[in-house]
Amino acid sequence: MNALNIQKGMSRHSAYDLRDPHSQVEESHTLAVLVENEPGVLARVIGLFSGRGYNIDSLTVAEIDHEGHRSRITVVTRGTPAVIEQIKAQLGRIVPVHEVHDLTVEGPAVERELGLFKVRGQGEKRVEALRIAEIFRANVVDSTLESFVFELVGTPTKLDAFADLMRPLGLVDLARTGVAALARGL
Amino acid sequence: MSRTMTGARMVVEALRDQGVDTVFGYPGGAVLPIYDEIFQQNDITHVLVRHEQGAVHMAEGYARSTGKPGVVLVTSGPGATNAVTGLTDALLDSIPLVVLSGQVPTFMIGTDGFQEADTVGITRPCTKHNWLVKDTDRLAETIHKAFYVATSGRPGPVLIDIPKDVQFATGRYVGPKQIEASLYQPVKKGDPAAITRLVELIEQAERPILYTGGGVINSGPGASQLLRELADATGFPVTSTLMGLGAYPASGKGWLGMLGMHGLYEANLAMHGCDLMINIGARFDDRITGRIADFSPGSVKAHIDIDPSSINKVVRVDVPIVGDVGHVLEDLLKVWKARGRKVNSEGLSRWWAQIEEWRARKCLFYRNSDTIIKPQYALQRLEALTKNHDRYITTEVGQHQMWAAQYLGFERPNRWMTSGGLGTMGYGLPASIGVQMAHPEALVINIAGDASWLMNMQEMGTAVQFRLPVKQFILNNERLGMVRQWQQLLHGERYSQSWSDSLPDFVKLAEAFGCGGAQVRDPKDLDAAIQAMIDYDGPFILDVLVEKHENCFPMIPSGKPHNEMLLGEAETQGVIESEGAVLV
Repeated sequence: MNALNIQKGMSRHSAYDLRDPHSQVEESHTLAVLVENEPGVLARVIGLFSGRGYNIDSLTVAEIDHEGHRSRITVVTRGTPAVIEQIKAQLGRIVPVHEVHDLTVEGPAVERELGLFKVRGQGEKRVEALRIAEIFRANVVDSTLESFVFELVGTPTKLDAFADLMRPLGLVDLARTGVAALARGL
Repeated sequence: MSRTMTGARMVVEALRDQGVDTVFGYPGGAVLPIYDEIFQQNDITHVLVRHEQGAVHMAEGYARSTGKPGVVLVTSGPGATNAVTGLTDALLDSIPLVVLSGQVPTFMIGTDGFQEADTVGITRPCTKHNWLVKDTDRLAETIHKAFYVATSGRPGPVLIDIPKDVQFATGRYVGPKQIEASLYQPVKKGDPAAITRLVELIEQAERPILYTGGGVINSGPGASQLLRELADATGFPVTSTLMGLGAYPASGKGWLGMLGMHGLYEANLAMHGCDLMINIGARFDDRITGRIADFSPGSVKAHIDIDPSSINKVVRVDVPIVGDVGHVLEDLLKVWKARGRKVNSEGLSRWWAQIEEWRARKCLFYRNSDTIIKPQYALQRLEALTKNHDRYITTEVGQHQMWAAQYLGFERPNRWMTSGGLGTMGYGLPASIGVQMAHPEALVINIAGDASWLMNMQEMGTAVQFRLPVKQFILNNERLGMVRQWQQLLHGERYSQSWSDSLPDFVKLAEAFGCGGAQVRDPKDLDAAIQAMIDYDGPFILDVLVEKHENCFPMIPSGKPHNEMLLGEAETQGVIESEGAVLV
């Protein structure tokens, strides 16, 4: 439950202050949005992004505190520094949103995503797929004589790399959860 | 001790506990149980409208003229969708409303039932927050929360969707005081360090300006009082957005008039040339800023706003202060006084001399006529004949709205109700009815154009039914005047669909509705016609036939900066000013 102890205002002395607020360069930011788990709250958050023309690269949501009716939405978004600030302010004024954290600027954070990869193949390709899966520490969670389903947890780039390698080896289907992220330390 | 009652009774009970005296609404299948409860009580007056859009605008007029939330009751499906324009209007102008809508019973939701619509889905982007209540035990609590959300922080409209079975079922009623403190707690006090920084800037500024908006009015009468104190004590000039008119009195010595696209020359040039801009409860709307890249290029900008998302949304500011205008101004004045009430008097007097030069341009000058009523003249006469009354003004949207903002003077807040952000034609007539409900003895005038007025003219029936003596002052140019003006200036005088063909005879229309009506076309008869309208005991439609092709000036063409104003028709202009103004 460390996630709920993240203090507000951590960005005060963060690296954000060093960034050029007028930059037109788009940055990727991972936002953690703690919300009241009430009907429609996800629609409000998504509607904000679509209604105001912001980007969503990845989005995950799940209840994290059943008693307290809290859910955590993790959004990976892209925009200029000014747009990112505006996104955070707009998220903050949604009534059932309790806290908005920009994990990209609030200090180091761990980001993980889970992917399932179905690879079809026989003979040498099948052996090669298994060998690469071992290098990536992917688990085999389903197997037939002609296919594997690998489970891999890691950063989005690690999952990208794995998918790229599996593609010539017979990748036929994949499912990714999107990013879940937490600040490091206390 | 908790009481049990039906959901329908709870609605009435909760409204009563919230101090509601007036509800604007229209019955239908999905709200019949609530209407049955309304029938059986006398504390709350229900105003039967003719169209749900009218109900929401009436509630807006009520809210803006009282500072209290407006309350609306509509049925499911079309009742709710008809309310959408009003909700969006209230959202953009930050007007507190509580809209209650009926819904099909919970067990029918999702079956495409008769008069079913996904009301919370449809209204999610046009409300501050909304709720679908599926359990009668949660109904009272939700209504109380709704009033809290609508009125706290930056105000706005909220909607509660109540399925019919929830209205019939019995549940536990809780009062407003039994609601747990909400997690929604907007910041009220501004950051002291930022306030001190602003005071330092105030002490040094040579060319300051106070740029005020609707936030001052929403913050309450105390905020307007503090603004007056600040402006008068510092001697700083004050300009205001359309939404903020009346917060600082038009007769005040610091008053420059409205700014923006149709704002006054001196106000816009002062914005362009200032060295310290203090935005108080305004939001750098595009009608205000013109081209962002050239907006007030030489100024340090401070921005006081209760909504953090307003800060740096459009214009990057140097001193952001998130907080309620009233609280921040109070602290600001305290710090400024404690530090010795310093201002840069020398710089200020040079600044005022410059402003007087701009003012001498007399940007509101127009060529009057002996034979035809100029719309500006009509408003000047209306102002002269009504300014000593206890007067409330509403408007529709278009040229007449801008002329009203230019030519009328507002001395107090909450006296000027106009659709600013959304620009909703059809707003003014129902809004005037809402205002009159709240202020039965006051003189309430809707300044309208012929096209806008037709959009919600059915509400004249409401005015007559409730004996609300609202005055409809229609500047009739048989045109969609503002559209026509843009077509003339920007679209090669191709007047596509911008005339009002087959207009009704407004006098006969008045007669048909059962109210007073008259038409005036000769400037000599105008005063008598206005006086007759004021004196008439009941609702009245005055059809003022005005010059058909008058354009509204000054004007900053879309996408141009403040110093590129058009002051009038080309032939009326003299030389180009030294400020680099490109005057056409």
